[in-house]
Amino acid sequence: MRTITIDPVTRLEGHGKIEIFLNDEGEVSNVYFQVPELRGFEKFCEGRPVEELPAIVAKICGVCPGCHHMASGKAVDVVFGVEPPPTAKKLRELFYMAHFIHSHTAHFYALAGPDFIVGPYAPASKRNILGVIEKVGKEIGTEVIRQRRHAQEIQALLGGHQTFVVMNIPGGVRRGLSRQERDDIVVKAKGFVEFAQFTLKIFEDFVLKNNEYVDIILNGPYSLRLHSMGLVDANNKVNFYEGKVRVVDTVGKELYKYAPHEYLDYVAEHVEPWSYLKFPFLKKIGWKGFVEGQNSGVYQATPLSRLNAADGMATPLAQKEYERMYSTLGGKPVHATLAMHWARLVELLYSAERCLELAMDREITGRELRAQLGPIPGEGVGIVEAQRGTLTHHYWTDKKGIVTKVNLIVGTTNNHAAICMSIKKAAEGLIKKGVVVSEGILNMIEMAFRAYDPCFSCATHCLPGQMPIIVDIRNAGGELQQRLKRD
Amino acid sequence: MDGSTPKLKLAVYWASACGGCCVSVLDVHEKLFDVIAAADFVFWPIALDIKYRDVENMPENHIDVTLFNGAVRNSENEHMALLLRKKSRILVACGSCSHLGGIPGLANFSTKEEILRRIYEENESTINPEKVRPLPECKVKEGTLTLPVFYNDVRSLSQVVDVDYYIPGCPPQTERLLEVFDTIISGAELPLKGSVIGADTKAQCDECTRKITENKRIRKFYRPWEIEDDGVTCFMEQGVICLGPATRAGCGYRCIKGNAPCRGCYGPPPGVTDPGSKMMSAIAGIIEEKEPEEISRVLEDVVDPSGLFYRFSLPVSLIRRKLP
Repeated sequence: MRTITIDPVTRLEGHGKIEIFLNDEGEVSNVYFQVPELRGFEKFCEGRPVEELPAIVAKICGVCPGCHHMASGKAVDVVFGVEPPPTAKKLRELFYMAHFIHSHTAHFYALAGPDFIVGPYAPASKRNILGVIEKVGKEIGTEVIRQRRHAQEIQALLGGHQTFVVMNIPGGVRRGLSRQERDDIVVKAKGFVEFAQFTLKIFEDFVLKNNEYVDIILNGPYSLRLHSMGLVDANNKVNFYEGKVRVVDTVGKELYKYAPHEYLDYVAEHVEPWSYLKFPFLKKIGWKGFVEGQNSGVYQATPLSRLNAADGMATPLAQKEYERMYSTLGGKPVHATLAMHWARLVELLYSAERCLELAMDREITGRELRAQLGPIPGEGVGIVEAQRGTLTHHYWTDKKGIVTKVNLIVGTTNNHAAICMSIKKAAEGLIKKGVVVSEGILNMIEMAFRAYDPCFSCATHCLPGQMPIIVDIRNAGGELQQRLKRD
Repeated sequence: MDGSTPKLKLAVYWASACGGCCVSVLDVHEKLFDVIAAADFVFWPIALDIKYRDVENMPENHIDVTLFNGAVRNSENEHMALLLRKKSRILVACGSCSHLGGIPGLANFSTKEEILRRIYEENESTINPEKVRPLPECKVKEGTLTLPVFYNDVRSLSQVVDVDYYIPGCPPQTERLLEVFDTIISGAELPLKGSVIGADTKAQCDECTRKITENKRIRKFYRPWEIEDDGVTCFMEQGVICLGPATRAGCGYRCIKGNAPCRGCYGPPPGVTDPGSKMMSAIAGIIEEKEPEEISRVLEDVVDPSGLFYRFSLPVSLIRRKLP
């Protein structure tokens, strides 16, 4: 038995580790993706006044704090039994669109771009953001930084703090928008729409027009037949901020559609002794292990699964791209893991169009920012789509609004089992009897989990533009047989 | 830097943290490239096994400066803190978690057993009849898998190893981090060991732009949602607890600009050892009532005082943790 350990830089409640076990024939016997850290937010939020939670839980993740802040703000509204006034709701969603634009842009250009624009077989030294800029041109690189900065400026304006938003207060928001500020956002949002269309064009030119890449997307060892989860509006269109959670099965048929407060009937979590992170699954099907197919309880909550779970996009340009994606990839649902990158760009366009819609909305500069609060019913669930999956926050309080219990099911957590399975498939596809493990495995395995944009990938890639990886291959006695290094 | 001077060797490591400190560093891209041009990152949180071995193989004091962010929550964090101390000439606790224990430090209101029981057994969405818990060592069919040991207490970096400097903030403001980088790279004389760097020497209130009225007294405290914040008056004078009096300035009062009261992430200002004691005196100074009974009536409005005053600093506070 040989073991391959991949310890990448990770950012999901800490770090992450991949262990690949090979059998005596040199074929993959099993793969484990371990999350070795726990902080215990669900416990230490107990005893805090519930209005403090949106700021406290934002610290779950410094990469996507806005998602936790929003899910929390919504859960707190329900704890107080109120709905924010329309202006407050729209301001939150406007902030949230900027959060998506910022995150999806960074992911495509800094993380996915090296794989597709530069190419999966390009030398490691070129597979980074600088390589992307070299290939698409420096002006485009500058434009990416500019658009990302605009999205960050909108977040800082509406959210208060540059990283850790302080926007939400029970029943509303702490700050309104002046007309002048609104006008500035409209200009920026128009830029986002153009930029998102441009990005889709880049995807078309560099990826879709390259048969080799399309072949990797469609036929590489990256397909997983799992159920798809995503938030939808009343017309079953993709929504990030509010709606019902819809789950479609492996052939695209609706399995469930539930309101946030019903989540406990549909989602449950499994515990394994080898990871601090739990494994969510569909409760009505049950935990059947790390298996694919219609009878599996494992689901995915990713940009692609959001599109699979919905009937379309709520904005016109994104809808066209949605249709184009599915017609190119052979209809719904799509299970090719790498198509997540395309789905993410369709979402980028939706976020941009929605950002513009909200900025132009007459109510966005309204002065009514908070609802009247009454007695505290004391329990609330808030669900949003985080960039990395459906995010659920559930709080219980006493009559004074002091937290008694908290339950959280976090974006990337949804995909814990699926990520394990994708890595296994990629490893199986590459490591065959008699085949010497080469640097190829580094790219292939990396690509398998990078597609999920798991939270830890951001910090990994931003600076060096690629993930330095080391693979150790050991014999049964634990002695190092071979080391592959890419840094 | 000219070619004759060896480049500065920098290391960055995160322990129990959220990534926000790194995002803060990455928020000023162009400047960061200047730092990279002047310094070698000899260790960046990358491949863990290798990281350990590579760092272990370095001679003592090989790294010039290590920025350590995150609290010490488990055995892996502790191991890396000890190792990096040995290998670094200057060890900097960077960010609230490393400096004070931070938000993860709130876990010291509970025990390890209470946390694990809540998350893996009592939790409403978890189905775990066999009460499986993550194990430091676990035998699977194919071999053995290991996980770090989850400790009972969260500790700040200085509670584990000797620390040279502290950069406060959740996260440290990007501009201030760059000032620190500049100082280190320029080779300028460094402040006294144990200093807080990348922040001011005053309290938040000294720099806050909200209006204060001399000798203003209040008779009641409110929770933030119980009042209409006017957006201009000092939160304390509106009866909302703000940690400004017990917090070091330097963050650019980001939360206050967003109409939210300060929660103390920059830690206490010089001369203040415990934010809780400082807040009690600030509260005593602003309330109208002078009779003990009246004072305790006013204080009843302050909910969760320990969770509020020690929001970012429980592990290093006078109370440190809840006793079992």
